[in-house]
Amino acid sequence: MSRAARAESGGWWRRRGRPAASHAALGIMAATMLVPFTWMVLTSLKPLQEVEQLNPLPSVWRFDNYLRVFEQVPFGRYYFNSLFVASWVTFLQCLTSAMAAFAFARLRWPGRDIVFRLYLATLMVPGVVVMIPNYALLVRLRLLDSYLGLIVPASFSAFGTFLLRQFMLTIPPALDEAAEMDGATPWQTFWDVVMPLCRAGLVTLAIFTFLGNYGAFFWPLVVIQSEHLRTLPIGMLFFDTVYGRQTNLIMAASVMNIVPLIILFIAAQRHIVRGVQLGAVKG
Amino acid sequence: MKARRHELRAAVGFLLPNLLGFLVFTAGPVLFSLALSFSNWHLHRTIPFHWIRFGNFVELARDREFWLYSINTVYLMLGMPVAIAGSLLLAILLSQRLRGIVVYRTLFYLPTFTSGVALMLLWKALYNPEFGAFNVVINWVLDALRVEAVVRALGGAGVSAPAWLLSTKNLLGLEVERVGTAAGQWGLGARDALIIMGVWIAIGGNNMLLYLAGISNIPTELVEAAQLDGAGRWAVFRNVTWPQLAPTTFFIVVMSFIGGLQGGFEQARVMTQGGPAGTTTTLAYYIYTKAFEEFQIGYAAALSWVLFTGIFIITMLNWKLGGKELSY
Repeated sequence: MSRAARAESGGWWRRRGRPAASHAALGIMAATMLVPFTWMVLTSLKPLQEVEQLNPLPSVWRFDNYLRVFEQVPFGRYYFNSLFVASWVTFLQCLTSAMAAFAFARLRWPGRDIVFRLYLATLMVPGVVVMIPNYALLVRLRLLDSYLGLIVPASFSAFGTFLLRQFMLTIPPALDEAAEMDGATPWQTFWDVVMPLCRAGLVTLAIFTFLGNYGAFFWPLVVIQSEHLRTLPIGMLFFDTVYGRQTNLIMAASVMNIVPLIILFIAAQRHIVRGVQLGAVKG
Repeated sequence: MKARRHELRAAVGFLLPNLLGFLVFTAGPVLFSLALSFSNWHLHRTIPFHWIRFGNFVELARDREFWLYSINTVYLMLGMPVAIAGSLLLAILLSQRLRGIVVYRTLFYLPTFTSGVALMLLWKALYNPEFGAFNVVINWVLDALRVEAVVRALGGAGVSAPAWLLSTKNLLGLEVERVGTAAGQWGLGARDALIIMGVWIAIGGNNMLLYLAGISNIPTELVEAAQLDGAGRWAVFRNVTWPQLAPTTFFIVVMSFIGGLQGGFEQARVMTQGGPAGTTTTLAYYIYTKAFEEFQIGYAAALSWVLFTGIFIITMLNWKLGGKELSY
C-alpha cells in the first residue's frame, strides 16, 4: 500500500470510522443504563399478573397504579416530609457553613488555623462513628422521632465549611477591604460583598446537600418511628416490607421517587457537573 | 489593636452557630464514641454500666461474625477496579468531539443521581429469581438454546439461572459459616449481584466526571507532540494520558477505598437484610444491627472505631504507595 493510500484510509477511519465505533460503544453503554429504568416505568404500568411475563409492554396501561400507591400509603406525606426536612437542612447548612467559612477565610483571629485543622480532621471519620453518640444524645434530649431530630444534627457541616472556605479564598481580598474602608460592618461585607460572589459555590453546596438529605437513609431510619414523620426513603422501605409482592406498585412509587431528581438534574446539570469536578461530593 | 479585637468579636459571631453544632454533633461525638468503646453500655440498661477497658476489642477479635463480615466488605469492593476502568474508558470516549455528548453524559450519570432506596427496590425486583427481568431473560435464552439438554448429554448436572439475592454462592467459592473456600459455593449469588449493581451505578458517575475534567486538563501540546513522533492511540494513552491522569486516578482510588470500607449498609437494609446467611452483611450493617437493633452501644462504638482505624491505615498506605506513583 502506498503512503498516499494509507493516509487516505487513515482519513476515512478518522472522519467516519472512529466516530461511528465510538457512538456504537457509547450507545451500548447508554442502553445498559436505560433498560432498567425502562423496565421500571413499564412495570409500574402493568397489571400485577403481567409483571413476570417476558412481554415488555403491558396489555392494559394501568395508570391508576400510581393512584393506588397514594391509597395504600400516605405517599404525599412522605413527599412533604422529605422536601421539608431537606429544605431546612439545606438552608441551615448553607447559612452556617458560609458564616463559618467567612470567619476562616476572611477574618484574622488567634487559633484560627488550629480550629480549622480540627474541622478538617473530622472529615475522614466515618458517619457511623458519630451517629451512635448522636443517637444517644437525641434519646437524652427527647428529640427522637421528631422533625428537630432529623433536621438539627444534619444542619452543621464541616465539609460545607471547608468547601465554601476554599471558594472564598479565590475572591480577591481587595474587594472586602474596600468595603471596610467605606465603613461596612463585617456582616455587611459578608452579606453584600462576599456572598454574592460565592453564588456558584453556594448553589453547588445547596444542590448536593439537598440531594443528600432528600435521599438520606441511615439517620431517618434510626430516628423516625411514627408513620407521619416518614421521609420518602423510609416510607418506600416500609411500603416494600408490607406490600412487597405488588411489584407494579413498588415500581410506581420508585418512579415517583426519582422523577423530582431527574428534573433537578436536567435543570441544574451545569452546576452539578462542575460541583463534582470541584470535589463537592463527599466520598 | 482596636481593629484586631473588632475582628475577633466578629469572628466569634460568624463562627459560633457552626462551631456549636460542630462540637455537639461531630467533634464531641467522635471523642464520646471513643470513650464508649471502652464501656459495656447497653441502651436499655439490662446490664449495669461498667468501664471494661479493652473488653470489647478482645471480644471483637474472637467474634467470628466480625471476620466473616470483614471479608464480605472486602468482597463487595472487588467491583471497584472494574468500575474505575469503565469510568476511564467512558471518559475517554466522551472526551472526543462527537455529537450528543451531553445526552450520553446525562444517561451515564442518571444511576448515580437517582441512587437510593428507589433504585435498590428496582434492582431487587430485577433480581427476583422467579419473575425478575434477569432470570426471565436468562431462562428464555437457556430454553431457546436447549442448554439444559446439551449439558445433560455431555454428562453435566444441568443448568439453572442463579438465585441471585437468595443465594450464598459467589465467584470465589467462599464458605458461609467459616473463613475459607468450598467448591460447592462456587457460582453467582447475592454478593455478586450487589457488585454488578454497584458497577452499574458507579461506572458513569462521579469518577467518570472527574476523569473527564482530568482529560480536558491535559495540555494538547503533549498529545500533539506524541502524535508527531508517530505514536498511535494506544501509545498516546500509555505514555501521555495515563501518566497525566495519575493524580485523578489516585484521588479516585483513595475515595473508593474510603467509601467501600464503610459501604454496603443501604443495600443490605433494603435488599437483603444482610442475608442470605449473613453473606451480604458488611461492617457498616453489622454496626447498625449491634447499635440500633440490639442496642449494644459500647460494642458498636468499638466496632466503629476499628472500622475507622482500618480506613485510616489504608488511606495512609494509599498515600505512601501513591506518592511514588505521582513522582513522575
